Amino acid sequence: MSYLEYRVQSVPAGWRKVLNLHWPLILVLTAISCIGFLMLYSVAGGSFEPWAKAQMQRFGLGLSLMFIIAMVPIWFWRNMSVMAFVFSLALLVFVEFYGATGMGAQRWIDLGFMRLQPSEVSKIALVMVLASYYDSIPINKISRPLWVMIPVVITLIPTFMVLRQPDLGTALLLLITGGVVMFAAGVHWAYFASVVVAGGAAIAAVFQSRGASWQLLQDYQYRRIDTFLDPGRDPLGDGYHITQSKIALGSGGWTGRGFMQGTQTRLNFLPEKHTDFIFTTIAEEFGFLGGAALLLLYILVVVFCLFTAVRMKDRYSSLLVIGITMTFFLFFAVNMSMVMGLAPVVGVPLPLVSYGGSAMLVLLAAFGLIQSAHVHRPR
Amino acid sequence: MRKPERDLEKSSKKISRRGLLIGAGQVAFAGALAARMRYLQVEEADKYRLLAEENRINIRLISPSRGQIFDRDGTPLALNEPSYRIVIVPEDSDDIHATISRLSNLIELDAEDLNRALAEIERSPPFLPITLADRVEWDAVAKVAANSIALPGVTPDVGLSRRYPLGPDFAHVVGYVGPISDYDLERIENPDQLLRIPRFQIGKVGVESKLEDTLRGKAGTKSVEVNAVGRVMRELERREGDSGADLQLALDHKLQGYIQKRLGDLSASVVVMDCETGDVRAIVSSPDFDPNLFVRGISVADYSGLRDNEKRPLASKAVQDAYPPGSTFKMVAALAGLEAGIIDSTDTVYCPGYLEISDRKFSCWKKVGHGSMDLNTSLRESCDVYYYDLALKVGIENITAMARRLGLGEKHNVPMSAVSSGLMPTKEWKLIYRDADWVLGDSANAAIGQGYVLASPLQLAVMTARLATGRSVEPRLIKRIGSEETTSGRGKDLGISPENLRQIHRGMFAVSNHRKGTAYSSRIDATEVRMAGKTGTAQVRSSIVNNDEVPWEQRDHALFVNFAPFDKPKYAVAVVVEHGGGGSSVAAPIARDVTLQALFEGAPPLDAYPEKDREEIKKLQDSIERNHTPFPVGDRGQA
Repeated sequence: MSYLEYRVQSVPAGWRKVLNLHWPLILVLTAISCIGFLMLYSVAGGSFEPWAKAQMQRFGLGLSLMFIIAMVPIWFWRNMSVMAFVFSLALLVFVEFYGATGMGAQRWIDLGFMRLQPSEVSKIALVMVLASYYDSIPINKISRPLWVMIPVVITLIPTFMVLRQPDLGTALLLLITGGVVMFAAGVHWAYFASVVVAGGAAIAAVFQSRGASWQLLQDYQYRRIDTFLDPGRDPLGDGYHITQSKIALGSGGWTGRGFMQGTQTRLNFLPEKHTDFIFTTIAEEFGFLGGAALLLLYILVVVFCLFTAVRMKDRYSSLLVIGITMTFFLFFAVNMSMVMGLAPVVGVPLPLVSYGGSAMLVLLAAFGLIQSAHVHRPR
Repeated sequence: MRKPERDLEKSSKKISRRGLLIGAGQVAFAGALAARMRYLQVEEADKYRLLAEENRINIRLISPSRGQIFDRDGTPLALNEPSYRIVIVPEDSDDIHATISRLSNLIELDAEDLNRALAEIERSPPFLPITLADRVEWDAVAKVAANSIALPGVTPDVGLSRRYPLGPDFAHVVGYVGPISDYDLERIENPDQLLRIPRFQIGKVGVESKLEDTLRGKAGTKSVEVNAVGRVMRELERREGDSGADLQLALDHKLQGYIQKRLGDLSASVVVMDCETGDVRAIVSSPDFDPNLFVRGISVADYSGLRDNEKRPLASKAVQDAYPPGSTFKMVAALAGLEAGIIDSTDTVYCPGYLEISDRKFSCWKKVGHGSMDLNTSLRESCDVYYYDLALKVGIENITAMARRLGLGEKHNVPMSAVSSGLMPTKEWKLIYRDADWVLGDSANAAIGQGYVLASPLQLAVMTARLATGRSVEPRLIKRIGSEETTSGRGKDLGISPENLRQIHRGMFAVSNHRKGTAYSSRIDATEVRMAGKTGTAQVRSSIVNNDEVPWEQRDHALFVNFAPFDKPKYAVAVVVEHGGGGSSVAAPIARDVTLQALFEGAPPLDAYPEKDREEIKKLQDSIERNHTPFPVGDRGQA
């Protein structure tokens, strides 16, 4: 159902909106961020400088952004969706020419007070444009090939642009996010099944051809894949991170060594202890219980969001919330898998905990959209 | 746009259903993450906690095998060969002292080594092997192996060590390796991890040192799992390194060995160069020393013996010492004059035995004077006055410029230690380093290779090769690195007029082959290999006294340079005998023997020598043959 079919009068107005915010969600997000401040304080050796303080300021900024976005009716954002998407593409083009590269392949735009990674913005914008697309087309056409092709193309545009950076990790996350929104919108499952089968066949062909006369990739590309899949092959390179991070995790045990007592992370075995590998510090200092608690908080966020999503009666809101939740989920799931040696090392931060402005601001803004949908939901 | 109520209802339900499905998937994934976390943090905790206690997975280096060095026909000059040592693992031996005393009955143990070993046993964890005897003979290994039951914890161990099978012959060229010192390490920027291994062997001198990076190779790694006390539990992974590249030198070990023996215990140096390719066929400094002593760790007594010897056996005289070239420099001065067009080969100068320059008398070595001299006769009889006069006409700038073209005053690119650049003085040089103006007398002295002019034996050989060919021949010591041939030192044409060169050649030919030539007594009789040369006698002191009347270290240096065969120059030779006396009497005979040895690739037929000398030469050849005890290669038992 589209929001237009409801009387706007049924929606809270003025300051009453504040009361109707999803407060439990805000609480959990704040709790997660606080764990982040604590850990940044710890990895800096018991100091707010250089990370914890800056992170708190950004959280304050992000929270304000979230409130502002939440106060604006969701139908305004719905109408803004295409604009947002075009804007995110413009940012990607801009960064291609004027952006700075550093620490891997992701590119950013220096805004002075923070570094904005356009690829983060494009994740949310993609969800918005897909949700508004499915909100606007006739329901009986959702699974028709032509109408399936349009969102596929919409997804592929930013994916290819990110791939050019070249940031394979983010490109894959964009693909998955787009796919999940399409799946939630009700596209026939046969499409997904055929994509999975085709993808599987392509991967199988690439590996089967290795060493054969019709080898599809160059030898060095295979070797790169090998290290990607099995970092242990390169014990002083990528494998080093994984080994060290597993050791830090393992040495935490059940309850951990205690706040600020971690040795592995503090001894600089891990160069990215304050960003992508911050989870190792949590796990070492607070043990399994600490790590599991954080995981539980993340799951709580997902559950809260999905429950509001299914209770919403208009399609834009539902799909938007499901898509954003998926983005959030992918952040922590990929990061934790990487730290625990289940996934290759790709530059994905632990949401709201890792030091870094871009991901935090974009995520809090996205939660602002969820709040707006929640506040302005038809009743 | 209104949509049918029923459809909307259905669609909303579908979204909810799929949303919940996605949610379920997400929660399940999170559950898997939690399980993995539990596995790592609870079940594997002991394992990782142990690894975390500083000792975790250790990456250890595997030393690559060092590149070996061969001469031009593949005779090994530096080899790696297995060396045996006897080690003890204290924890495997019930009573260490009893075991060691039983061992000392069986094989010879050095008391000093033993004390060091006992001290190490005290300090080290009991599972670490401690060396009791290093570099033991094969039969000691066999004895230990045969009595292993009586010697619990004692085992023979094998490693690679460097050996120089030809011993002293190549000591100055190839050099030697030794354990790296803190001093060495400080001087290297970004040292390879290998160099951090205690007592790692690196090149200390000569080719071993200059081509260290090429010879060393790349380290391999092995990762081992260690327990909390550092004992290796198992090897996890092994990655072999790259062994160092083998080197082939341009040297000929037979010629080198012959020269070494021909020089005996003279303090001298000889360089033989191939005029065609620049290949250094032999580069000998004498006396020599055994580089193997240094690899094993030289005793203080042996070392001070070498260091304090007045003939300086450790010095690589052929490249690192620069001598006044004496009359061997006269070709340079003459050629400078001819090329500048200032003198003509037919111009004559009258030599009354001296020349007065700025109120100072510059005497000729022949006090009664040579009479009227032209270019050819001045070279032949080595008249000094002709060159004093020439220096005043031609000027020092022209002379040093020509010297530089001929490779003097330039540090040649040979990978040996302390290669000297010699000295070709200019007016500016004297102003800066001597704080005095250049005077005409300095030019006169320079023209006869005295005064400030200095050249190493290698430079003299290069000069001779360039004079012989007219090309800028460059010395090439390394012929091949790994499988890659180095570039030839043939060189480009120097652009010197062939007619002028021919005048110089004529003079040099007369030196050796004209009855009045200063080296006529050391000529080669075989017409097809006749040589052209130039004697030189470099004064060490200023007053002219008979050489026999002064102590050894004050006698003149004897020099000789030559090329042969005259018609088609193949080899250029430079000989310098320190404090040897006259060039014609001491250096020229050596140069002749060396030249013939090189041309005939072994002992030359006696009829190449002048008839009256043959008797004596025969005796000399026999005595060298008798003293020639070939160094055994690979005579040690193999494991």
